[in-house]
Order: sequence, then structure tokens, then C-alpha cells
Amino acid sequence: MPQDWILGLLGGAMIGLAAAAYLLINGRVMGASGIIGSLVDRSAKENATERAAFLVGLVLFPGAAAFATGTGDTHVSGNLVLVALAGLLVGVGTRIANGCTSGHGVCGISRLSLRGIVATVFYIGAGGLSVVVFRHLLGWV
Amino acid sequence: MRLISAFFAGGLFGVGLLISGMTDTRKVIGWLDIFGDWDPTLAFVMGGAIIPMAIAWQIAARRSAPALGGTFPTPPEPRLGRNLVLGSVLFGAGWGLAGLCPGPAIASITWGGTGGAVFLVAMILGMVAAPSVKLSLARGQTA
Repeated sequence: MPQDWILGLLGGAMIGLAAAAYLLINGRVMGASGIIGSLVDRSAKENATERAAFLVGLVLFPGAAAFATGTGDTHVSGNLVLVALAGLLVGVGTRIANGCTSGHGVCGISRLSLRGIVATVFYIGAGGLSVVVFRHLLGWV
Repeated sequence: MRLISAFFAGGLFGVGLLISGMTDTRKVIGWLDIFGDWDPTLAFVMGGAIIPMAIAWQIAARRSAPALGGTFPTPPEPRLGRNLVLGSVLFGAGWGLAGLCPGPAIASITWGGTGGAVFLVAMILGMVAAPSVKLSLARGQTA
């Protein structure tokens, strides 16, 4: 669709503004894997309720927006074994690398962090390779 | 106040993920599919997000403290360890396989169906297991 890039830019700006607000108001880096990961492995200490509040907003607002507009569709693969494997890889990988698309990508690159840039190069590279292998060579997804 | 602003920041982040197409695995896989039918949308998402955040870092550098007190996060040590690279490779492999990363996986949970739930549960299990995986990696390095 021709308006996809406009929606991408608009949604991206909202993501960036959310990260900006979380930094300038709460003084925190908005990294999704860090926020959820530190809650589930109980490494979040004094900030646990703040992180939980972030996650509640992250579930409720897009949930309501998708419901209201009828736009929500993730098109997740029906191959649940592969989906579970992917989830494990994403969970382990983001915690070992200490960041994901929001933390390393959005928050890291925007402050010209070398770690953020290197992480982003590797996860996008691995993502591209993963699509080549699983989609084009093996035809699994 | 901290909880309210965190709640709305999470909400804005989530709606941004929905509008931009980050919660649609087809768009994400389409973007990573450089050798197939490449979809450039996510480059606009990243650009749109990085610009306001770059301004925010500049504002933070000129201020002594965040609006609700505390301190601004200090930049991490510019160390490029094996954990950063290996972790990012594992993450990217999973991202390309399912088309979901952590933020969209949570944001889409109310409409993501069984597949979304399976992904989220597996991701949480992976996150819980990560510290011991990291430890065994460190052991392997010294052995």
C-alpha cells in the first residue's frame, strides 16, 4: 500500500516520543526486553512497579486501538513449534545482548552508542539470514 | 506520578508499534527479506523513532535531572563483548523466524491469538533462562 511508509513514519515518531518521554520524565531508557526481562527474572528492584505500569499501558492502549479500529492482525505463523523456538531465541538473545530493537535500536543509535549500533547491525544481519534460511532455503515459514 | 507517566509512555509506544506495522509479522519479515520481496516500511519506522529520541538525548544532556527526579541513565561502557554480538545474533535469528521482537510481542497479546501467546511464553522462558546461558558461555570462554 502506498500509505504504508507514512504510517511507518507516524508510528515510528510515536515510538520515539514515548522513548523521549520515558527518558525526560522518568529518567529511564525505554528498552522493551529490559523492562519485561528484569521483571520476570526478578532483577528489577526499586523500579519494578514503574516497569509494570509501562507494560500495562503497552498492553491496554494498542489492544483498545486494535479493537476499536479492527486493524490488529499479527499474522503469526501457524507452525507453533517454530514460533516457540523463535520466542526462546528472542528471549535468550535480547537478555544476553542486554537490549532489543527499542533499547539498542531506537535508544542506542539515537545517542550514537557504539554498542547499540553494533547490536543492531548483528540482529538485523542475523534476521535477514534467518529469513533466507527458514523461508527461502528450507521453506518452513 | 512516575507510574502514570510510565503507563502512558507504554501506551504511546504500543500504539506506535501498532500503527507503524511492527506488530504485523508479515511487514517485519518483509523488511528482513532482503533477497525476496523487500518491504522498506520499517526503515521509516526506525527513522521516525530515532529522530525524536536523538533530540531527547540532547535535551537530557542540558538538564541536570529528569522531570520527576532521580538521575539520567549513564552511558554504558563502550565495550563490545561476545555477549553483545552472540546475543544479538540469537535475537535476530528468532526475530526473522517469527517476525516478533519483545515490544510488539507484548503489545499484540490481546489480539495475537495462540501463536502470539506461544511466542510470548517462550520468550519469557528464554529470558528467565538467559542468566544461566550467559554464565555457561562465560565458563566456556575461560575453560
